[in-house]
Amino acid sequence: MKSVIKGTGYVLVHTPDMVLENGSTQTTEKVVNPESEYLKAIPSHLRSWDKVVSYWPNQVYIGNKTPLELKEVEEPWYDKDCEGADRYGKFGQIMPEDEFYLLMQVCDVFDLIDLEKGFVAGAKEAFAANKVIGDDLVALVKEGVEEADIKNAVENEHAMPLVYEGKLVGCVKRAHEIDVNLDAHTMLENLVSKASSVLALLTVVESAGIAKEDVQYVIDCCEEACGDVNQRGGGNFAKAAAEIAGLVNATGSDARGFCAGPSHALIEAAALVQAGAFDCVVVTAGGCTAKLGMNGKSHVEKEMPILEDVLGGFAVVLTKNDGENPEINLDYLGRHTVGTGSAPQAVMQSLVGDPVAAAGLKFTDIDLYSPEMQNPDITKPAGAGDVPASNYKMIAALAVKNGDLEKADIPAFAEKHGIMGFAPTQGHIPSGVPSIGFLRDELLAGNINRAMIIGKGSLFLGRLTNLFDGVSFMIQKNSGEGEAAAGGASEDEVRGMVAKAMREFAQSMLDAAE
Amino acid sequence: MGILAGKKIVVIGDRDGVPGEAISACVETAGGEVVFSSTECFV
Amino acid sequence: MDLENQRRVKEFADEFGPENVVVVVGASEGEAAGLAAETVEAGDPTFAGPLTGVQLGLACYHICEPQMKEEVDADVYEDQVGMMEMVLDVDDIVEEMTSIRDEFCKYCG
Repeated sequence: MKSVIKGTGYVLVHTPDMVLENGSTQTTEKVVNPESEYLKAIPSHLRSWDKVVSYWPNQVYIGNKTPLELKEVEEPWYDKDCEGADRYGKFGQIMPEDEFYLLMQVCDVFDLIDLEKGFVAGAKEAFAANKVIGDDLVALVKEGVEEADIKNAVENEHAMPLVYEGKLVGCVKRAHEIDVNLDAHTMLENLVSKASSVLALLTVVESAGIAKEDVQYVIDCCEEACGDVNQRGGGNFAKAAAEIAGLVNATGSDARGFCAGPSHALIEAAALVQAGAFDCVVVTAGGCTAKLGMNGKSHVEKEMPILEDVLGGFAVVLTKNDGENPEINLDYLGRHTVGTGSAPQAVMQSLVGDPVAAAGLKFTDIDLYSPEMQNPDITKPAGAGDVPASNYKMIAALAVKNGDLEKADIPAFAEKHGIMGFAPTQGHIPSGVPSIGFLRDELLAGNINRAMIIGKGSLFLGRLTNLFDGVSFMIQKNSGEGEAAAGGASEDEVRGMVAKAMREFAQSMLDAAE
Repeated sequence: MGILAGKKIVVIGDRDGVPGEAISACVETAGGEVVFSSTECFV
Repeated sequence: MDLENQRRVKEFADEFGPENVVVVVGASEGEAAGLAAETVEAGDPTFAGPLTGVQLGLACYHICEPQMKEEVDADVYEDQVGMMEMVLDVDDIVEEMTSIRDEFCKYCG
């Protein structure tokens, strides 16, 4: 029986200071060009909290607005405020940097994070007031240390600074003196990923209306690696985050695949539920500090604010079929195989054309496609184009080749079957999954029948292979197959009853003949 | 004379444009020798 | 352009001679294609990589430009690039690449 999407959680963390301190574009620039005009220009190009909250794509990400509403807003979006914006939304929230540093400290179980006393005192109340932060987590906040201790750790002990409003307020210390896998840089990235994943987990438990105890398995699909010198990618982010989130009955594991990770993880999660291995599985991922300000040079050059100033996180709950929620269909998966090659049309054929054909459908039978949902406000000025829009054009071009569409209808197809990009360029975060919350609502409301989630991954960046990667799956309106299980007899039980009746009938005939 | 024939070709593909491997497959048919092929990613 | 890629381009130009090296790019937009071309012809405009201030003047083309299409086997081209030709703004790419070559290319026929 197919699994269902019980709920989704989407979170953003506004981290303007981390853009400068931890974004790879900026840290690289500090090495190769420390006196550059770009570095000097950054502070005046960082957005305020209010601007980040009222930014249209962010409001769509946390569910206060829909991608359909975003479509009606003229681009660019960064110079327009979204009316009625709120830090909390139907799907989640935007967290400010000070609350997040406290959450990071709460997620640190090895005393690696020190925060300054005054900073903790100033931020604790807001942290405690956060809608998803319970008393159990507030109790874990430490009082903090003296500023001098933090300075000493940063200047003399290789600790990474934590900066708030331009001021040093804390640090992440190294977890080992020699092992680079446990140095301060790696620990900071991993703790950021863990903390934002925890925030997504806490959010999704609430929005799905499940008890923490219900979760049996967690799959983390971020793009970081945790381990030590003897097992660099040992894992396990999933279980580490589940522990802090209080998912006491869950075990878990990590799935990786660059930006395709979330799609792989969701297929695995759906398979685990459908197979009956676990009744309730959560797929989660936190954000990535390295990608903050990745295209900042282009944004500054075009006199725009640096738009890559938020970390992203998401979580999706899959459960046994409840006869109501939208289903994940594993019957027709799209898969980019080793033999597929990297020609864009071969990639799209494998991810969209093949599963559509296998299901006996036309391209136009998929109501909405959710490929890579990068926000074009960010990518266009950086010369990377409108990524989701190119994906729709590619799908439409394939549909033309397939005879499902006239060439003249390519723009109309993209308009009708595409979803506007709205997710931050956080690698795995924009990949297919940001639309699931919106699509779940549309499927529940009966506005659409089926949608396709497409994840693609740039495996070649790891320099282990030249291969590309991707998987896709369809989500659909609940078929009702779960109702029988929930209410009356299941299909198997009915089959058993019919077989029994037939056997009894045959026996009675034999008895009569004798 | 062609542009590619007999030349050492450096391929810089783009994940969201034409990837390196696809370009390599093309230029090889024109007699170019691909000495390096990579694919950049801006997202 | 990625710093490692810049380093490799510089090494190949040194090893084989800049007149023997051709760079073929696949960027998704004219502007990005032009930036790559400028990097290998006039030097890294972002002042970040090994090609900063290095004017190699290499021949640089986008795979969707007509000069490339003309030389590549038609079937292979159709299989590998055909769909992207429909998706990308080829006119914009051609315009950007041509203007960079006209200004900076030292080995363009």
